[in-house]
Amino acid sequence: MSNLLTRRGLLKTSAIAGAGLAVPTIFTASSAAAYTNAPDGSGVTLGFNVPQTGAYADEGADELRAYHLAVEHLNGGGDGGMLSTFSSKTLDGTGILGNKVNFVTGDTQTKSDAARASAKSMIEKDGAVMITGGSSSGVAVAVQGLCQEAGVIFMAGLTHSNDTTGKDKKANGFRHFFNAYMSAAALAPVLAKLYGTDRNVYSLTADYTWGWTQQESIQAATEAMGWTTINDVRTPLAATDFSSYIAPVLNSGADVLVLNHYGGNMVNSLTNAVQFGLRDKMVNGKNFEIVVPLYSELMAKGAGANIAGIVGSQNWDWKLENQMGARYTGTNAFVQSFGAKYGFPPSQAAQTCYAQTLLYADAAQRAGTFNPCGIVEALEGFEFDGLGNGPTLYRAADHQCFKDVVVVRGKENPENEFDLVEIVEVTPTEQVTYAPDNPMFAGGALGQCNPGA
Amino acid sequence: MDTLLLQILNGLDKGSAYALIALGLTLIFGTLGVVNFAHGALFMLGSFCAVTFSRLLSLSSVKLDETKLDFLGNPTEIKTPYVEAWFGPETGAAIIDWAVPLSLLLAIPFMILVGFVMERGLIKHFYKRPHADQILVTFGLAIVLQEIIKAIFGANPIPTPAPDIFKGSFDFGLALGMDANKIIYPYWRMVYFSFSLVVIGAVFSFLQFTTFGMVVRAGMADRETVGLLGIDIDKRFTFMFGIAAAVAGVAGAMYTPINSPNYHMGMDFLVLSFVVVVVGGMGSLPGAVLAGFMLGILESFASMNWIKDIIPGIDQIIIYLVAIIILLTRPRGLMGRKGVMEE
Amino acid sequence: MLGLNKKDTKFLLIVIALTMLTPFLTQPFAENSGLAQFNAGYPDLMQRFAIYGIFAIGFNILFGLTGYLSFGHAAFLGVGSYSAVWMMKLLTVNVIPGIILAIVVSGLFALVIGYVSLRRSGIYFSILTLALAQMSFNLAYSVLTPITNGETGLQLALDDPRILMAKNTSGSLPTTNLFGLSMNSSAKWEVLGHVFTFNVGYYFCGVIAVIAFYISLRIFRSPFGLMLRAVKTNQTRMSYTGLNARPYTLAAFVISGMYAGLAGGLLASMDPLAGAERMQWTASGEVVIMTILGGAGTLMGPVLGAGFIKYFENIFSKINDTVLHGWFNFLPDGLENLLVTLIHPFVGKGWHLTLGALFMLVVIFLPGGLMEGGQRITKWIKNKRSGGGDPNSNKTHAPKPTPHVAE
Repeated sequence: MSNLLTRRGLLKTSAIAGAGLAVPTIFTASSAAAYTNAPDGSGVTLGFNVPQTGAYADEGADELRAYHLAVEHLNGGGDGGMLSTFSSKTLDGTGILGNKVNFVTGDTQTKSDAARASAKSMIEKDGAVMITGGSSSGVAVAVQGLCQEAGVIFMAGLTHSNDTTGKDKKANGFRHFFNAYMSAAALAPVLAKLYGTDRNVYSLTADYTWGWTQQESIQAATEAMGWTTINDVRTPLAATDFSSYIAPVLNSGADVLVLNHYGGNMVNSLTNAVQFGLRDKMVNGKNFEIVVPLYSELMAKGAGANIAGIVGSQNWDWKLENQMGARYTGTNAFVQSFGAKYGFPPSQAAQTCYAQTLLYADAAQRAGTFNPCGIVEALEGFEFDGLGNGPTLYRAADHQCFKDVVVVRGKENPENEFDLVEIVEVTPTEQVTYAPDNPMFAGGALGQCNPGA
Repeated sequence: MDTLLLQILNGLDKGSAYALIALGLTLIFGTLGVVNFAHGALFMLGSFCAVTFSRLLSLSSVKLDETKLDFLGNPTEIKTPYVEAWFGPETGAAIIDWAVPLSLLLAIPFMILVGFVMERGLIKHFYKRPHADQILVTFGLAIVLQEIIKAIFGANPIPTPAPDIFKGSFDFGLALGMDANKIIYPYWRMVYFSFSLVVIGAVFSFLQFTTFGMVVRAGMADRETVGLLGIDIDKRFTFMFGIAAAVAGVAGAMYTPINSPNYHMGMDFLVLSFVVVVVGGMGSLPGAVLAGFMLGILESFASMNWIKDIIPGIDQIIIYLVAIIILLTRPRGLMGRKGVMEE
Repeated sequence: MLGLNKKDTKFLLIVIALTMLTPFLTQPFAENSGLAQFNAGYPDLMQRFAIYGIFAIGFNILFGLTGYLSFGHAAFLGVGSYSAVWMMKLLTVNVIPGIILAIVVSGLFALVIGYVSLRRSGIYFSILTLALAQMSFNLAYSVLTPITNGETGLQLALDDPRILMAKNTSGSLPTTNLFGLSMNSSAKWEVLGHVFTFNVGYYFCGVIAVIAFYISLRIFRSPFGLMLRAVKTNQTRMSYTGLNARPYTLAAFVISGMYAGLAGGLLASMDPLAGAERMQWTASGEVVIMTILGGAGTLMGPVLGAGFIKYFENIFSKINDTVLHGWFNFLPDGLENLLVTLIHPFVGKGWHLTLGALFMLVVIFLPGGLMEGGQRITKWIKNKRSGGGDPNSNKTHAPKPTPHVAE
């Protein structure tokens, strides 16, 4: 592999020439090209910035697998994955715009500080033209801000907070993953169908920005269909034992518990709630229910048998095409490709990261340049299909993807270790679409695309 | 009233974990004078003993089922655990179900061994070094231990459920003549609380009523004199280190059904357990236990809604706030001795 | 010169030279060589070397001299960052007011925390500082979100007032600058396949780091520094001679808090973001580790330790399997894969493991930190030349500048 040798495309030719003559030349980076880290034709570097240490390390590892696969497919290796199902046909396995795709990886540590340091080193040291990845909204917003200032494109990985494409949206940043508002809008009708329209909700919310936007969205959506919110309790980020928050729930007269938690927090709070036997109780003459608005495969795995019967939403699920039909074409192609290489089905984080890489590559191909402004123009208002989520729109107003949302439920008797959730329903795009000036997304401005330099 | 009672119960059970960790930490500190930042990692290792044990029990013979295909088109695997094959399906399933309590059989000897190796191999060389060096080297060890676990088991939490009969919760409210659902309390948490009382009781009686324990206590008070009496105190201290590691280990192993173990859980408990030890008073065993339960209960109280309404964010800081108040009013913690760790 | 004796002047000049030459020293490998991965001469990392160097130098004034082990110093770093970013949001993106405010606010904050914590000593002091800092972190992450922007961290926004600046209509954020000299502008120099980057931000941090180093040198050599060492050696004896140790330790605490605030302000000046994680106990632990790893109580040690840790965090975490395969490309396939498998657990996502193991090795074998390693090597070379002599006979607080301080 020669990734390393061409790591710094910018320098290659000039450096060799310089070395030959041994005549020092001084120039500033900005004068060399029209935009940050413009490739010189021999290769283009993408930066995969994912959590490799800390609680989300496994999720990061899955994202990295998807990136490896995407790079392989873009460079013409492997079986091509979703390249064949993707509605845009500009990608032909010869890299991007004739440039071989190289990549660098970094560790966000799920800390906005470390994530920015890592992204900066990719931009400054390795000459990355695009940064992607991440497993939390705080990190996504921080790195998105950095990319905007540095003049590179940011293709968000897993980030679910409304803010990423709401008050913290940036012209250079794009999100394929769905958000808290969409989760809530997709869940509410299904919840009404399953549990009736007369329910009292008690919610536990992780006490940081993502948790708040999620809680706000869920409360608005469920109250719109007749549910009442009895109480919303904020739980500390560092909490591991949620017993003292869960114990008073039954006593409050609530008959639904909403857990606005993610990752380790969610695994623990759900485990605790099931331990307290909440799911076996009757309150107000109804079965007590638990809802986890944002699901992920790894969380389901971590919570084990506790997720049986618990409803939540996902951006994508690997069984989508088999169970919901050809609308979700691309899913099987990706699952086969991923499964053949790694031996297990991909997570939604992997799918979103793979899709983002393809979308970026395609946008560059269509724009005919890696210039961030060209890419922004190519992605804004872009309608595509065949990446597993059905017909999708990259909305120009906020750089958010609009597509169907999957409502899932934890399986009672999983057949194998990958078969943890069942698809309850797929909520169509129209139902989860909102106006760009929705109050939950208000404030902030996209600004203008920044090509750096 | 009932909410108070409820939170006391919750606190007792949170406190059990704190108390057990702090007890082990204090044993090491009191006997050896070593500040062990790897103690949280020992707790984590104990948890993974339970995980390993339940995985061992679930080791299975694999048969391919050609009639059903998985997502890649390969035949699916039918797994039959060996224990089920050996003891019959029912007994086998019961053994697997009881994996967590049974894992103590693995956790105790393994953790004692880990303690021995750690003390002889590393800690021994640090008795005469400054506390800062001890902190750094044990902190390094903690990182190494947790990274090894991460490399083997991954970073995701691993569900390790309690035996089926402990599923669900007991309704204390009903038993006390209140309405249903007022005070519910999970069975496994009761088990954990009782278990912690047994362990604490065992450690105290061991130190109090056996000759060995007496010598160790004497050694804690005055190591040199005991040495001059011709007693090989070093050997006993090594043994005590093993005991402390085992206490942390069993605390971790039994904790797995309450919260699924992950590789960094030790770090989550580390700061907290130091706060507990210091609040209790460095080197005081009863202090550590008392402070553990006290902080557990206070933490539970702070998470009550009406208290949170008065002081927003109080549940985020209560432990630290209490620590500060106690240290400012009682210079050596609740039951600390003079002159310990003040230089 | 500058009130220093001859030896210290030489030492300071060496430090200045090293700071100025960092872009060369951290970029030893040619761009196209396989080892280019180990180059650290890009602006962000060089800035971090200087900034965390300042942080560690400041911490060392407290810990190295008085022996008080604070586990909450990251709180001052965080407070400094928040103040600086607020200054940039409200007044101007010129870095000077931000840095000044950072130093002032963190100094005041240190005064309060120091006043409370210094009522106790030993581990009780450590726990008090830890508790206060953890409280600050937890609150910054949640309840104080209106001030700190919580999880996401405080960033600049297009609609910030910035009252000292002309109305911004460009649609993009202004860059932080020093009277118009943008912090992120760099010049590159290519020679013999090497590329050296000279970044305005780095030199700004570097100059401040040298000043910070000079001040710390003066403190170490002053009667005040002597007093602080007396606190470490024997506080009881000190109080018997009629001296009250508290004002001295408090002064040291506040000074080191201001150093941390300065570092925080500089971090925000280089990259206008202030995240709450900067205040977490792990961040406080990091500076403790930097200082002890480098050599507590020595002047150069903490800077070395800071460089060591930041280098690991940023360089080792980026080595992935593809890079490994690139290195061992020339070997036969079987051997290549074997080597990659062997190294794999220690780099990339395993960088923590390597760091943890290295800590242990350094602490076990070099009780005085990296500085002692340097001294031992010098001694060994000297002894070899002169023959004989006890290598451990000369243990002083004054470090010997060795070629090793390069990093």
